[in-house]
Formats: sequence, C-alpha cells, structure tokens
Amino acid sequence: MKTENIKFIQGNEACVEGALYAGLDFFAGYPITPSTEIAELLSRRLPQKGGKFIQMEDEIASMSAIIGASLTGSKVMTATSGPGFSLMQEALGYAIMTEIPCVIVNVQRGGPSTGIPTHVSQGDVNQTRWGTHGDHAIVALTASNHQDVFETTVEAFNISETYRTPVVLLYDEVVGHMRERLRVPETGELPLAERLRTSVSEGVDYHPYLPREDGRLPMSDFGGVHRYNVTGLFHDMWGFPSDNPKVVHGLLRHLVDKIQNNVNQIARFKEFYLEDAECILISYGSSARSARHVVEYLRPRGERIGLLELQTLWPFPHDIVNEKCANAKYMVVVEMNMGQILREVKRAVKNPERVFLANRIDGVFIAPRDIRDILRIIQGKGV
Amino acid sequence: MERCRLVFSGSGGQGVITAAVILSEAAVLYENMNAVQSQAYGPAARGGATRSDIIISESNINFPKVIQPNVLICLTQEAYNTFCNIIRPGGLLITDTRFVKTEKKVDAQQKELPMYVNVMEKIGKPIVFNICMLGAVIRLTDLVEPESIMKVLENRIPSDFLEMNRKALELGMELTETIKS
Repeated sequence: MKTENIKFIQGNEACVEGALYAGLDFFAGYPITPSTEIAELLSRRLPQKGGKFIQMEDEIASMSAIIGASLTGSKVMTATSGPGFSLMQEALGYAIMTEIPCVIVNVQRGGPSTGIPTHVSQGDVNQTRWGTHGDHAIVALTASNHQDVFETTVEAFNISETYRTPVVLLYDEVVGHMRERLRVPETGELPLAERLRTSVSEGVDYHPYLPREDGRLPMSDFGGVHRYNVTGLFHDMWGFPSDNPKVVHGLLRHLVDKIQNNVNQIARFKEFYLEDAECILISYGSSARSARHVVEYLRPRGERIGLLELQTLWPFPHDIVNEKCANAKYMVVVEMNMGQILREVKRAVKNPERVFLANRIDGVFIAPRDIRDILRIIQGKGV
Repeated sequence: MERCRLVFSGSGGQGVITAAVILSEAAVLYENMNAVQSQAYGPAARGGATRSDIIISESNINFPKVIQPNVLICLTQEAYNTFCNIIRPGGLLITDTRFVKTEKKVDAQQKELPMYVNVMEKIGKPIVFNICMLGAVIRLTDLVEPESIMKVLENRIPSDFLEMNRKALELGMELTETIKS
C-alpha cells in the first residue's frame, strides 16, 4: 500500500530532500528556530552519502564556510532565520561579488532582532533584496507547500550554478514546521544544473573572470590544478584587485545584468482563476495557502476572484505581474509584513492606486477570515 | 469522506503532538488521503499547554490551521477550559476523567473516558496514554484503520515496544464501547 517515495514530513525536511536530490554535498550552519530541523536532518543524512556537515560557531562562519567549500567544487547550502541571516549579509555580498554559487535558506520568523522565534512572519523580503551593501542583484525563491518547497530548492541549486550567484530560499515558520505529503520525484524527473568547469588544462593560464562567448564563467575547483586570486574587491579577469573605472563599471553591470536580464527565465509563479478575475490576490509562501482558500471559497459564491502566487520574489517579475493584472479592477497583496511585496506590485501595475494590502504582523498566521474581512472593506461592504 | 478537522490539546510531555503526527501520517501513507498537521509552538514545549491541529481530507487542503474542530481532545483541565468553546456544533469532545472535570454541556457529543486510569491499571506505563487516546479517536470517527496506526508505529518505535502500544490502542477502542457517557 505504502509507496516508498511518499513521505509525510515537515517543510524543513522537504527542503532537505530537495537539496539532497539536487546534489548537496556540503552544509555548514548554526541551528536556529524555526530552521533547526534542516541542520538536524542534514547532520544525519549528509555523512551517509559521503557529504560534509559542519556545525559552525555562528552564522558569519557558516556563510564563509559554504563559500569556501563551493569554490572547491561542492554544492553547498546553509540554513538560518532572521537573526542569523543578518549576520550572513557581509559574506553574502562577498559571494555575489566573487560569483560563487551557494544556497541560503531563511525560514522566516518575526523580527527585528531576536523577535518572536516560534511564530510566523514574512518580514525579511526586503532584507533579502538589500541586506548586503552596494548595488547588486539577488535571486530569492519561496513556496507554499511541500512539493513546491522541494522543487524550488532544486531550482535554487540550478539557478545558483547557472548564473554563479547566491540564491536565497525564503520560507516561513508555517511552511517550515507543518507536516504534509511530499512525493519525492524519481531520479532524472527534475533537471539538475551541474557546475560549469573550465576546459583549460593544467599548466595553461586560467582566467577566473574571463567570460566565454555565451557570457558564462567556467570555474576551476580551488586548490586544484590552477592558481588564481579571489577577492571581494572589484577585480579584473585574473581575479586581481582593480580600480580601473572601466573594470569597475563593467563588473558591476555584469553582476546586475546577468540576473536582471533573465527575470522571466528565473520567474516562477502559479495562477488560479485569473482569466476573468476582477479581483486578483497576489501572495507567496504560507500566506498564499490562505489566499487560495479564500479564492476557492468565493468563486462558487459568484465572485470573480483569482490568485497569483509568486515563487520568485527577486528579481521581482514586474512585467509578468503587470500583464496578469492588466484586466483586474483591483489587486490585494496578501503577506505577513507591512507591505514589502505590496510596494513592488504597485510599481508593476498600471493602476497602483488600486493595489491594497491584506496583512498580519502579530505572529499569528493570516487566516482566510482576515483576508475576507479586508476584501469586504475594500468592496465598501464594511465588516 | 467529509473533511475532518481535529484539535488535540493537553500538556507538553503527554504525547499530544506525537499522536497527531501518527494519526495524520497513517492517513497519508496508508489510507491514501491528504492530511496537514501543525502545532502551536512556544518556549514551553514541556509542561506548558500544547495544541496540535490536524486536517484530514480526500481533497486538497489549503489553510492548515483549525478554527472549529469536528473532533476536540482535551487531556488537561487547562486545555479543556481554553478550547472547549471552539468545537464545531455537533462535533465530538473527548476528555480524560483523571485530568478533566467537565463543567458545562457543549453542543457536541461528549465522551469522558478513563483513559489514563485504565492505561496505568492494565499496562502500567503512562508513555502509551496518547496511543490509548488515538484508539478512542479512530473508533469514534472511523478516520483510519487501527492497522494503519500500527504500521506507522512499526516504523517509528523499537519492536519491543510494539505490543504495549497495540494493547494501548485496543484499550482505547474498547473504552469507547464500555463507557457510556
């Protein structure tokens, strides 16, 4: 009766399953609620497959360790929550600047500071975008159910290898802790992107930051056959520091353009009943579960309402949101913060004054009732 | 099957959350249903009030929390006092006579079962109190077969403890018939 690849597990465990499927072989982390199960499970599972698990002294070291391990050729991940994610920001910028693939899971809890550890929030959306200093681009994915947690985790590894960039998985306490069904896909069912390694042979000069004709930068496992320099300073094709304005300008443009020019390729989203929707709910993560509940409750009652569920938050898919909302009379962003994605939606649509916010910021998971109450007020029906 | 929403409540250490996980895992892995399980989670996991929400359904489950349970289990007085009012009219309320003195009639089928006393008398180990409670729940609701619960237990606990758990499960099922309330 029981099929082996069906599991009944927490979202954090689904993330682990996805990471292992994608080929994770190095994890360094410092356990923190509500992400702890990821480290706990990987401390058992990774050594079983010959991988390495290290519990570090803090999140600064965790982030630094995965960057180093990735440079030597491993697929790497760390997992944390808000307070730890704050500590990771400096090294996150280093990974962006040095273009080292890595995956950072942030299972969000309430902040600022140590905040409210065991309760849900989606307050780190803008920290993910701008937490590290300087102009830059970042990729952040999220999901509302365990099947999607698995798939976005695999996708995070693929994107990080393809674009040589850190990818943040921005889950939340509700998805991380609740248990539901996961079907683990068969090997080969989901595509995996592997590390692009240089074809330059031993004894021949390897330029770590000299792009191929297609713009991609092949890597050479650090400590292997090539000697090269890696620095967080602006650098030339050799990897050595440079303050040549052309080099500085070119590198910064490259770091941003490689992500921003591929917004639509990186964008993952789901849509429900959008064809004739007058009202479009826009949501992501666990909030999207309540939003979908509302849509499926109101549709049979005659309301033309739909849901756009975003799985890619950064780079924000402005064009897709604009197109999907083109015929809607109004949009309601459902999220558990003070309007972080609301702002992006307002920037994306042609009628920003018709975008409203349905939120909760008290650590309580937003319920369908909360959303329906706000919808009634927007519709002028009162509570 | 109609969608069934359950709330298991009690005190940290009674196995309330474990029981919720076992029940929903049985439904998903061995009865081919959907289930979502979540828990109220605070700094007082042991000794404090604890609650787990379960939804079992043949269709897709979006909102994972339970507002009005069809089935409410209260294993401490505090849990009873806090949650007895949220039960769905016509639902099922199960309490344990050792820990809960019911004060008012709610619009629900009320079952006051001497689960703890019987577990201690007949098995002697409080650790299977939660499995006894599960026995009562599945007999009164027909949510899953007892064998599905046992299959989950086979994967979760050492084989030496299986017989004790089976006895506790059967004890809970029997109590629902011998005790009229």
